[in-house]
Amino acid sequence: MDVTTTSAALRKTDGGLKLGVPSKGRLMEKTFDWFGARGLDIRRTGSEREYSGAVGGIEGVDLVLLSAGEIPRELEAGRIHLGVTGTDLVRERIAGWDDTVKEVAAMGFGQADLVIAVPKCWIDVDTLEDLDAAAAAFRKVHGHRLRVATKYHRLVREFLRGAGVADYQLVDSQGATEGTVKNLTAEAVADITSTGETLRANHLKVLSDGMIHRSQATLFRSLRAPWGAAERAALAEIMNRLAARV
Amino acid sequence: MPSKDQVRAEAARLKAAFVAAGATAVDPDVLQPADTLLDLYGEDIRARAYVTADPLRGEQMLRPDFTVPVVQMHVARGNGPARYTYAGEVFRRQEVAEPGRSNEYFQAGFEVFDAPDPAAAEAEVFARFAELMSPLGLRAAMGDMGLLTAVVRGLDTTAARRAALMRHIWRPKRFRALLDRYAGRRPVAASRTALLERMRKEVPAQAIAATGPVIGLRTPAEIAHRIETLQEEARTPPLAARQVALIDDLLSIRETPANALARLRDIAVDLAALDPALDRLERRLDAMRAHGVDLDRVEFEASYGRTSMEYYDGFVFGFYAPGRPHLPPVASGGRYDALTRILGRGREIPAVGGMIRPGLALELGAEIAGGATWT
Repeated sequence: MDVTTTSAALRKTDGGLKLGVPSKGRLMEKTFDWFGARGLDIRRTGSEREYSGAVGGIEGVDLVLLSAGEIPRELEAGRIHLGVTGTDLVRERIAGWDDTVKEVAAMGFGQADLVIAVPKCWIDVDTLEDLDAAAAAFRKVHGHRLRVATKYHRLVREFLRGAGVADYQLVDSQGATEGTVKNLTAEAVADITSTGETLRANHLKVLSDGMIHRSQATLFRSLRAPWGAAERAALAEIMNRLAARV
Repeated sequence: MPSKDQVRAEAARLKAAFVAAGATAVDPDVLQPADTLLDLYGEDIRARAYVTADPLRGEQMLRPDFTVPVVQMHVARGNGPARYTYAGEVFRRQEVAEPGRSNEYFQAGFEVFDAPDPAAAEAEVFARFAELMSPLGLRAAMGDMGLLTAVVRGLDTTAARRAALMRHIWRPKRFRALLDRYAGRRPVAASRTALLERMRKEVPAQAIAATGPVIGLRTPAEIAHRIETLQEEARTPPLAARQVALIDDLLSIRETPANALARLRDIAVDLAALDPALDRLERRLDAMRAHGVDLDRVEFEASYGRTSMEYYDGFVFGFYAPGRPHLPPVASGGRYDALTRILGRGREIPAVGGMIRPGLALELGAEIAGGATWT
């Protein structure tokens, strides 16, 4: 743990328990609603452009508004004590994530499934075992490994290794991943979907055992943040209110 | 902990011992082209090696081991019998911190490319490592990937099944799942049964066209070909339970080499395909005895090397600190003919070798010497 950086960051904002929440969009609104419904009113302080806020009613809790994608990194570094983000991002971006953060509460929104999908025309491929066999044959015919386009490299690699799929390679795709097969830059994709509509529109189908991870917005606690008496007391109060609701 | 200078000196000492055994010292580059390693190991290597990019040479990797570059060097030099030694750092990326494993550590190794008498070369390599490791009181283990591959090749079933099993020989879980299905002990996926049923009435081209546009590089012909393979598979009778039981027997063997050989000979009564591999094992054990190796203190594990040593395809060995299962092997190695066949562009050069972790050897040596402190 980098204690110096952490305490420097704390000094700058007067200490206290830092709660990181998404700074814009529906994810932010739903997060505010979720806390509000549990007696924890969150509001922004200062102007709209200032990314800070207050968690009403509890002493010593500081709100930090962050882009959702930055929250895993801030939890990992221990610069925030609690943070709201998707379980997919935490698992993808934090090496050994369960030694670094703990799930406090699943929040019931922001659902998204990370799935493996292949062209609909592959009538012979429905399971990972089929994918593996197709990959072996594909490599022999085409001279390169079957390409799976994704931005979730770690999650997909671990999943395929666990399933014993070989002869594939990951190609990085940071956007419009569903289009890669049609554009001949990949043979299959591993991507986030909530309804499967985009995949279907791109003539792709999800493998029946191709669910890599079911993600949703989740409140995480950082094990690396400095937990002094004040932060622990604030956490206990937050937990009380959450428990009262549940 | 020994200092880096001490580890480097120990690595140099080991290298000198291999030079004295007739090896030429080589010094492969730290930066290796990533494509060769990716092609060999697939996506998994990215989780284990550091990948970096060079504007002119493309993706490069910090060498995760020496064996691949040494084989490439040997191939470039035009083959022929040769023996090499090296000492230097290797780099291993870690997704999760593992006790006893560093992301940068020294290796000292010895590789023998020698065709005429493989058993003799294997025995010599093992004996040299055993001698170098002897002051440390380590547990020695050995195995032979050639036994399982011989059994798979000898299975009384289709070529497609044998090839599928062979492909997953280094993935025990997947191998087991395939074996169970071929033996009829695990049901076929419902979707496959439905597909095969449908293919009794339709031709693949029709069914493919019905799904909408064909996208991607994989052609309808490839899909139709796979369906034929599935149809052949469905017509194939299950593997005889007796054959599966023989594989289970073989994989459970864990005894002294002499006892293991006796049990393997029993198994071979029902599985003649095993005989040549056993004759070779017997010659290897005899050659080891001739080198003065005390085989009663070595454990023979038939499943040894199946998970961690993917490029070894024959004799495999390792030396471990007893009672310290979390530590990596102090030394390990084996035969890797298949690797030379791939890197030699189809031309196989029989090769056997191994490497020592000098840092770990020094640490254990100091413990034995009564906790000498490193200065």
